[in-house]
Amino acid sequence: MGALKSTPDPIEYADLSEKTGYSLKQIRVLHKRFRELSDGDDVLRREHFRCISSLKYNPIRVEIIEAFFNRRNFSPSHQGSADEIGFEEFLVVMSHFRPPSPKITDEQRKNIRREKLQFIFNMHDSDGDGLVTLEDYRHVVEELLSRSGALGKETAKAIADAAMFEVARTVGHKDPNEFYEGITFEHFLKLLSNFDIESRMNIRFLKSDVNPFCQLCC
Amino acid sequence: MMILVLLLCCVSSAAPQESHHEHGGGHNATGIAIVSFKWHHVESPYLVAVWILVCFFGKLLIEANHKITNYIPESALLICFGFILGGIVWGADKVQTFKLTPTVFFFYLLPPIMLDTGYSMPNKLFFTNLGAILIHAVIGTVWNAATLGLSLWGCHQGGAMGNIEIGLLQYLLYGSLMAAVDPVAVIAVFEQVHVNEVLFILVFGESLLNDGVTVVLFNVFDAFVSLGGGAIDAKEIIKGIVSFFVVAFGGSLLGFVFGLLMSLLSRCTKNVQIIEPGFIFVLGYLSYLTAEMLSLSSILSVVFCGICCQKYMNSNMNENSIQTVRYAMKVFANGSETMIFVFLGISAIDKAIWVWNTGFILLTLLFILIYRFIGVFILTWMLNRYRLVPISFVDQIIMGYGGLRGAVAYGLAVNLNESKIKEKNLMVCTTLLVVYFTVILQGVTMKPLVQWLKVKRAEIAEITLIEKVQNKVFDHMLIAIEDISGQIGDNYMRNKWRNFEEKWMSRLLLKPSARKQQDHLYNVFHQLNLQDAMEYVKEGERRGSLEFIRNESAFVDFKKKLGEDYEEAMPDIMADMANDQGGASALRRDVLPTVSLEMHEQNMRGLREAEGINAHHLLDQHLYKGRKQHRYRYSRSHLDINQDENEVQEIFQRTMRSRLESFKSGKMGVAPPKTITKHTKREPQTKMPNGKNKPYHSGDEDFEFSEGDSASGYDTSFPTRVTYRAGAGIENPAFMPDLDPSSPLHIPPWLADAGMEVNPVAPSERAQVRTPGYLHRLSSLRTNTRSGETAQDRDLPTPPPHRDDDHL
Repeated sequence: MGALKSTPDPIEYADLSEKTGYSLKQIRVLHKRFRELSDGDDVLRREHFRCISSLKYNPIRVEIIEAFFNRRNFSPSHQGSADEIGFEEFLVVMSHFRPPSPKITDEQRKNIRREKLQFIFNMHDSDGDGLVTLEDYRHVVEELLSRSGALGKETAKAIADAAMFEVARTVGHKDPNEFYEGITFEHFLKLLSNFDIESRMNIRFLKSDVNPFCQLCC
Repeated sequence: MMILVLLLCCVSSAAPQESHHEHGGGHNATGIAIVSFKWHHVESPYLVAVWILVCFFGKLLIEANHKITNYIPESALLICFGFILGGIVWGADKVQTFKLTPTVFFFYLLPPIMLDTGYSMPNKLFFTNLGAILIHAVIGTVWNAATLGLSLWGCHQGGAMGNIEIGLLQYLLYGSLMAAVDPVAVIAVFEQVHVNEVLFILVFGESLLNDGVTVVLFNVFDAFVSLGGGAIDAKEIIKGIVSFFVVAFGGSLLGFVFGLLMSLLSRCTKNVQIIEPGFIFVLGYLSYLTAEMLSLSSILSVVFCGICCQKYMNSNMNENSIQTVRYAMKVFANGSETMIFVFLGISAIDKAIWVWNTGFILLTLLFILIYRFIGVFILTWMLNRYRLVPISFVDQIIMGYGGLRGAVAYGLAVNLNESKIKEKNLMVCTTLLVVYFTVILQGVTMKPLVQWLKVKRAEIAEITLIEKVQNKVFDHMLIAIEDISGQIGDNYMRNKWRNFEEKWMSRLLLKPSARKQQDHLYNVFHQLNLQDAMEYVKEGERRGSLEFIRNESAFVDFKKKLGEDYEEAMPDIMADMANDQGGASALRRDVLPTVSLEMHEQNMRGLREAEGINAHHLLDQHLYKGRKQHRYRYSRSHLDINQDENEVQEIFQRTMRSRLESFKSGKMGVAPPKTITKHTKREPQTKMPNGKNKPYHSGDEDFEFSEGDSASGYDTSFPTRVTYRAGAGIENPAFMPDLDPSSPLHIPPWLADAGMEVNPVAPSERAQVRTPGYLHRLSSLRTNTRSGETAQDRDLPTPPPHRDDDHL
């Protein structure tokens, strides 16, 4: 879908800039990185991501990579997951991490917050049904703990369960007989209400990509 | 209190005469005096102790009035208290006998405070903002020193100060001692206003580090002053700058080394648990003294020592030792702080130091205020260009206004050499005035200012598990995105460091057993569990029994649907269970306890050691409060709680029996039919693990009681998944382990069909109750207390019968 030509001209850059809010310079840097990752190709596939060496030790690597292929992150109306993505999609996903400009209205801030949280929510919600079920959540915790070897799957489950109790309690799930299916996005927003995500989920995209440590090793 | 003060004054004023008298008496003594008054003998330690006592009483007095401390910070009040004391002493002696000497301050009062701040430093926050902190601490301090010195000198040249003998170098020296924002004063004030954490760490970190910087700067200028204006050439200046960096970084490095040493040491202090906490204090103090000896920055040294060792010490040491360290640290630090402020007040009441020079004093005050603001604005403006989250203007104002000067400046001023600096007294008294001005005036106005400017406050939120999980997800996500986008950002560096730490530092510095529990998530989980246990036990005590836990409606809601839902929601577990139980019937029967089973198994592995000590401690405190019959044995090296098993059991029996008396009647109606069914399942396992089933009491008067209590699910040491009992709810994993390590885990030969075996004879519940692992009773509390349904659920009369069928 919409993969760009190998050398997008400045006009397309401008389009993208408008769509994602990145500056032209940032787009250029990211595009260079994109080409680096894709080995000069126009599309990125999962294996390209898997080749990033510094990503290898990230416990939630799989989720992150999936997030790039999750169509819901491209636009709210989409569903399912893609097999390959073009530069535009790459940029759209990346734009979730763009620092908001300091001068924005409260309304805008709220929207940004929502978008960012939606991204995380989508990441947890692996089956895409709009609910983070206990199973989804367990999966997340398990992955998170997968690096501290001594704590096995069982601990992860216990923690996920405990977290779910909390959730059920905090969202005011009163009736103990009722089954708490999972966290909806609304609940998710509520749960993380004092989590200043709009100022934390940011990455500076200013530096150029001269990164000697980040070589590909395909 | 006042009597005490008076007594002190009398003692101090009477001291010379009395000692004299005492001496005379000693010479003339002919026989053996039965009692003799030897004031001279104990004079100095006695005075020290009394002074400390007086200071503490002062604090007590001040803290008793929360109405006042709401408006005026404690530090300001302590200084005022010092004024009064000083006045009294002055009135009695006509000369100020007590004041804060630099030796006392730098060698005894300051190190504990610094160690404490380092030790309780929020590391992550500190290191995330390290860049900003360093820039403010180093450049900001140099800026403050230079501008103050130069401006004062300029004014001097302009004739604003009249006739005083201070040269440019002396002004710079004075500027450097004035430059430091004092951490003691800053913490004292900022602790009470609760600004947001970034602002706090900026001000606080800056004040901490710039103390080191000031001392260094002071020493350099001091050396310059001694050299004299003429002898200073480019070479000397360069040497001064080099020494500045060597001293600062050398001090930090030394602290780091000491921190590592300490952590290494804590790996092997298991056998001397009682003095284990002492190592921190001694080594911390040694790091301070060593740095002092090598003329490195001792403040930086001790701070970094604290910062480095906190993580490893906290995971290596025994829980009790950690608590001890924390408290002792606070006792020392808080005590020192109190003394410092009181003595700052006392020092003022001394005619000898007061030299008034309006120009000098007012200009100093003006300049430190103005230049502080200018410095903060310029530096943050520069920083904000590189910061992801810029420091807002309001925060900058608070940062500027938070530039409180304190005892360090005073200590340095007193340290000035009078032979080289003619106007030492003027400087000392100006310093004191500046301290009073900033601590009292700015301290008092800080809170209204923060409120007026609507500074973002710190949220006091309890850490929920889900937030913690999200935090973690977050960190990893940012790192991953940085990796993908090929950026080297803050997260990248942090990740590198963490990898390095995990790989090398932890291996080297942590006990193998402690390494396991390094995970933050796990820690929160652990905390929550502990908290639950406390609540639970307290609730039990309130009700006079732990009976309420058997109320099985306190189930976790999301587990609570029918079996079908389970199969949908948690296929993996169902599969697990199917394997274990080998059959649909078993599955049906155990449909509810899925979580508990899972948890149960994991506790067999990781949690046992971790929770053992805490839980033991907890129960010692809570379960047997009423019947503490510990045999206290005095021993200097061991602080035993009662570990005699028989004795504990005996207490237990008695307690239980008495509880039974009160519950017997009410109990009967609750769920008698369950007894049999439960037993059929439970019996084979329950008696085995402890290896001491004594099947005698079946059917006697203890029966109901044990039944009721058995519902809490104590027998958990059994390594199968069948251990679930009706009424146990979702079991708390943390409290499941059989904490009695002495009871061997006998796996009996008939284990294989244990679950299916039907034994119609209700066997010895007694045996279970007798298990010394009193902990078992806690098992189900997780659900009960955490799920929040607790309150209503407990009050539900009897659970609907169909539910029983579900899980039986």
